[in-house]
Amino acid sequence: MKTYDSLIIGGGPAGLAAAIRLSERGYEPLIIESRDRLGGIPLQCIHPGFGIYYFHEDLTGPEFSYRLISRVEELGIEYVTEAYVEEIVNESMVSKKAKLITPRGSMIVEGKTLIYAAGARERTRYELGITGPNVAGIYTAGEAQTMMDMYGIMPGRRIVIVGSGDVGLIMARRFVLEGAEVLAVLEILSYPSGLTRNIVQCLRDYNIPLLLRHTVKEIRARNGRVSSIVVTEVDEKLEPIPGSEYVIDCDTLIIAAGLRPRVKLLKKLGVRIDPRTHGPLVNDWLETIDVPGVFVAGNSLLINDYADYAAEQGEWAADSAIEYIENNGLPTTPLHRIVPGRNIRLVVPQYVTGLRDTWLYLRVSEPLENLQLVFPELGRRIPLLYALPSVMVKLRLKREEIVRAGEEIVVEAEPR
Amino acid sequence: MRVVVIGAGVTGLSTARLLTRYRGVDVVVVERNPDVGWGVSKANTSIIHPCHEEDPDKHPLRTKLCLEGHNTWYRWVRELDIDARWPGEIIIATSREEYRVLKHYHRLAMRNGVPGVRIIDRDELLRIEPSVNPDSVAGLYAPSAGTIDPVGACIALAENIVDNGGRILFNTEVRDVVVRDRRVRGVKTSRGFIEADIVVNAAGLYADIISRMAGINDYNIHPRRGQYILYDRMAEPKPDKIIHTAPTPKTKGVYIVKTVENTLLIGPTAEDLPPDMRDATYPTREGIEYILRNASKIISRLPPRSLVIRMFAGLRPEPSTGTFILRFHEDPWGFVEATGIRSPGLTAAPGIARYIIDLIKEHVDLVEKEKWNPFRRGIRRVKELGLTERNKLIREDPRYGRIICKCMGVSEAEIVEAVERMRKIGVEEITFDGVKFRVHAMYGRCQGTFCRPEISLILSRLTGKPPWMMRFKDHGSFYGVGEVKDLFRRG
Ligand SMILES: Cc1cc2nc3c(=O)[nH]c(=O)nc-3n(C[C@H](O)[C@H](O)[C@H](O)COP(=O)(O)OP(=O)(O)OC[C@H]3O[C@@H](n4cnc5c(N)ncnc54)[C@H](O)[C@@H]3O)c2cc1C
Ligand SMILES: Cc1cc2nc3c(=O)[nH]c(=O)nc-3n(C[C@H](O)[C@H](O)[C@H](O)COP(=O)(O)OP(=O)(O)OC[C@H]3O[C@@H](n4cnc5c(N)ncnc54)[C@H](O)[C@@H]3O)c2cc1C
Repeated sequence: MKTYDSLIIGGGPAGLAAAIRLSERGYEPLIIESRDRLGGIPLQCIHPGFGIYYFHEDLTGPEFSYRLISRVEELGIEYVTEAYVEEIVNESMVSKKAKLITPRGSMIVEGKTLIYAAGARERTRYELGITGPNVAGIYTAGEAQTMMDMYGIMPGRRIVIVGSGDVGLIMARRFVLEGAEVLAVLEILSYPSGLTRNIVQCLRDYNIPLLLRHTVKEIRARNGRVSSIVVTEVDEKLEPIPGSEYVIDCDTLIIAAGLRPRVKLLKKLGVRIDPRTHGPLVNDWLETIDVPGVFVAGNSLLINDYADYAAEQGEWAADSAIEYIENNGLPTTPLHRIVPGRNIRLVVPQYVTGLRDTWLYLRVSEPLENLQLVFPELGRRIPLLYALPSVMVKLRLKREEIVRAGEEIVVEAEPR
Repeated sequence: MRVVVIGAGVTGLSTARLLTRYRGVDVVVVERNPDVGWGVSKANTSIIHPCHEEDPDKHPLRTKLCLEGHNTWYRWVRELDIDARWPGEIIIATSREEYRVLKHYHRLAMRNGVPGVRIIDRDELLRIEPSVNPDSVAGLYAPSAGTIDPVGACIALAENIVDNGGRILFNTEVRDVVVRDRRVRGVKTSRGFIEADIVVNAAGLYADIISRMAGINDYNIHPRRGQYILYDRMAEPKPDKIIHTAPTPKTKGVYIVKTVENTLLIGPTAEDLPPDMRDATYPTREGIEYILRNASKIISRLPPRSLVIRMFAGLRPEPSTGTFILRFHEDPWGFVEATGIRSPGLTAAPGIARYIIDLIKEHVDLVEKEKWNPFRRGIRRVKELGLTERNKLIREDPRYGRIICKCMGVSEAEIVEAVERMRKIGVEEITFDGVKFRVHAMYGRCQGTFCRPEISLILSRLTGKPPWMMRFKDHGSFYGVGEVKDLFRRG
C-alpha cells in the first residue's frame, strides 16, 4: 500500500489549498472528497465576494473553487471523489489511515499525516428548539441553496428566513432573484449577524424587512406543508414577550442559524472540542493537541467569514504537516493557552508554542465601537474603530511576546 | 373467504400476517396513508415491555396479551429481521414515595411471572448504569425489556404478508362499513366498494369512527399525546439500559432509550386532547420542556441541545373503556374489533393478533396452509458488511459504493432497493419518509439537509417525476414548488 505524505479529508477551499501547497513543496497528498466533485461549498454560491484576499480579485464561488481545482489538475495531485470516510485511525505517530467506501470499492488509505478540512454542517430547527409539525417547506439555507443552484428545484414561493448571518442574507436575495417573495428575515439578537455589505446589498436593495429581536414561536401547517408561522418579539433574555405575537402567511421557512464545524470523525479519534468554536482544540501548527500529526483547517477548524481564510488555513496546515514529516513529529514544548477574556467569543488557535510567530483569529461577543484588544500578559493593546461578532479579527503574535508570558495569555476587548 | 383488515399499523398487520397462514383466506389490508405504519405505530417509545406494569386485576386480558406479545416478539424479530435490542429496563425511584411505587410493580412482576425483576439499591443501580442521577434512591430492574424499530416492524410484517399472498391497498380510506341482513358485506372506500366476509377494524386512533359505521356505538377514543426529543448517536451520557421515571396512574413515566439506531430518545408526555385533535401529532415548547425536566431527574446530565436531531409526537388512542377492545360481533356478524389499542399495544400486537384469529376460529373453520413462509430478510446494508463482502457487492453494483446519506452511511443501492420494496407491497407514492423508514437515510445528524437533494434526484429517476414533485409524506408535502424559474413562467 502506498503511503501518502498527507491524507486530506475534504476537497473544499481549505483542503485544495493544503494539497496545492504540499504538492508545490514536493510532497504527495491524497484528497478525499465525499461529493462527486472537488470544490466544496463555494460551488453552490453563485454570487461574487470570494477571493478578495486570496486571489486579490472579486470572484464568484464557483470561479474561486475552479481556480484551485485547475491548479490541482496542473500539479497532477491525486484525489478520490464520492468517497465516504467511515473512520479515521491513528495507527502511529507517522501513520494515519482512513477507511473509505467509494463506487470503485471499499479501501483503506494511509498517510504520514492527516489534514482534516471537511467543512461545516448547518444547525437545524430542532437544534434551535423550533417545535411544531414536521412537514414540507422547512429547509436549512444550505439545503435550499443546493436545491436551487445544483438541482434546479424551487423550494418555495413565500419565504421567511430565520437568522441574519451572511448565509441568510445572501439566500434572501437569491430567493427574490428567482421570483419568490421574502416576507422577512428574523434575527433573535438586537443586531444583525451578517456583514454590513450584505445587509445593504441583499436586504435593503430589495426592500426585505429585517426584524431584529424576533423569533419563530410556532409553525402552522396545512395539507402537509407550512402554511404560516407565528412570530414573536423577545426580551433581553431572549424570552418571548407575551402579546407580541403575530402571524405571517408563508409556505417556506428557511433556517439560516449558523454553521458548526463538522467534527464527528475527529471526536471519534479522541480529539477534544472547544465549546466556543465547536471545532477542535489546536496549537499554532493547527495540529490537534490530542492527536499528533492530525491538522485541521477551514470551517472544520472554526467558522470563517470568507473562503479565503479557509484556504489560508489550508496552507498553514500544509506547512505544518511538512514540518511534521521532516522531523517525525513536531517539537514538544510547553504550551501557552490563549484565554478568551471579557467580550471575546472565541480564539483560534487555542494554544501557542512560542516557537514562532503566529496568527490569531478571534471574534468579539457583541458589537463594540472604539475599543481596544488587550493582552495583559503581553502588555499589548490594539486599538480598533469597531468590532462585530460577524467580522473575524486576525492578528499576529510575536514569538518574543509569547515566550515572555506564563502559561496563560488572556485576551479581552474593552472600551478605549 | 375474504377478510378485510382496516389499518396498516402494527395491530392490523400482525393480524393480517397470521391470517395469511390459512388456506382459502383472501387477506386485504386497507390503509388510507401512502405507506405502512404511519399512524400511532410510527411515533411511540418503541419499548417491548416486560409487563410488570400491567395490573392483572384491572386488565386481565391486556396483561395476558402483553406477556404473550412480549414473548412472541423474540421470535418475530428473528423471523422478520427487525432491528431490536434487549437491554432491560430500570424504573428509577428518586424519593421514598417512588420507592413504594417500585415495591408495587415488583409485586405485579411476581404475580405476572415476569422473570428476573428485582429491586436494586443505589449502589448497584449506579454500577449497572453509571449515567443515572446519583441522587436516585433505588431502581426496579427488569432484564427482559427490549426496544424495536416500530415502523421497521410494520414494513417487515407488510413484506411478509405480501410474500404469503396477502394484499395491501394504499391511499384507500374506508368511508363506510356495509351491513346487510345483520352481516358485514364489505367496505366502501375512497376507491370503491370492497366485498368482504369479515372486516377487522384495526384503525388505531380512528377505530371508534369505523365501529360507528358498523353500528357499534359503545365506546369512544380520544388522543393522548406523547412528545419526544431525539438526540444524535454522539450524545453523552447514553445509558445502555432503558431507564424511566416512576409510572403514575396515567402514564408509564418519561423514558430514556438508546434506540436500535443507537440514538437517544427521551419522552413522552401524556396530554389528553379532545377527540377532534386526532391530527395534532406535533410537539410543543411546553411539552419538550416537560420531558427535559422529568428526564433530568433520573439522568446525571442531559446531552447538550446542539445534539438534538429531531422532535416529534404521537397520539395514543385512548378508549373510554380504558382497555383493549377485542370482539367478534354477532350483529353485524363478521365485524371484528381490534381497537382501543393504547399502550402497550406495540408489545401486545402479536398476542392481539393471535387472539383475534382465535375469535375468528370460533366462527369459521380455518385450516393452515401446507406452505407458509415465516421469513423475511431486511435490506442489505453495505456498512454492516466486511471489506471482502462489500467489495464483491460494489463490483457487481457500484451503487453500493455510493454513500448518499453521510450521517447514517446509506448507499444509493439501498435507496433503490427501498423503492423496489415499496412497490412490491403496493405503495404507489414513493416518499422521502418511505425511504427514511426503510434504510434510515435522512435519519441522522443533519436530518437530510445534505443528502435530500441527491435523494430527490434518485427518486426522480426511478419514478419519472421531477425532483420537486417528490413528497415527504402525503397530500401536498412536495419538496419544492416547481423548477427554478417556474415562478417567472407561471407568475
Ligand atoms: C450561502 C453562503 C454564502 C457564502 N458567501 C461567501 C462569500 O461571499 N465569500 C466568501 O469568501 N465565502 C463565502 N462563504 C463561505 C465559504 O463558502 C466557506 O468559508 C468555505 O467554503 C469554507 O471552506 P472549507 O474548505 O473549510 O469547507 P467546504 O467548502 O465546506 O468544503 C468541505 C469539503 O469537504 C467535503 N467533506 C465533508 N465531510 C467529508 C468527509 N467526511 N469526507 C470527505 N469529504 C468530506 C465536503 O463535501 C466539501 O466538499 C459562503 C458560504 C455560504 C454557505
Ligand atoms: C406516545 C406513545 C407511546 C407509546 N409507547 C409504547 C411502548 O413503548 N410500547 C408499546 O408496546 N406500545 C406503546 N404505545 C402504543 C402503541 O404505539 C400502539 O398501541 C400501537 O402502535 C397501535 O397500533 P395500531 O395498529 O392499533 O394503530 P395505528 O398504527 O394507528 O394503525 C391504524 C391505521 O389505520 C389507518 N386508518 C385509520 N382510519 C382509516 C380509514 N378510515 N381507512 C383506512 N385506514 C384507516 C391509519 O392510517 C393507521 O395507519 C405508545 C403509543 C404512543 C402514542
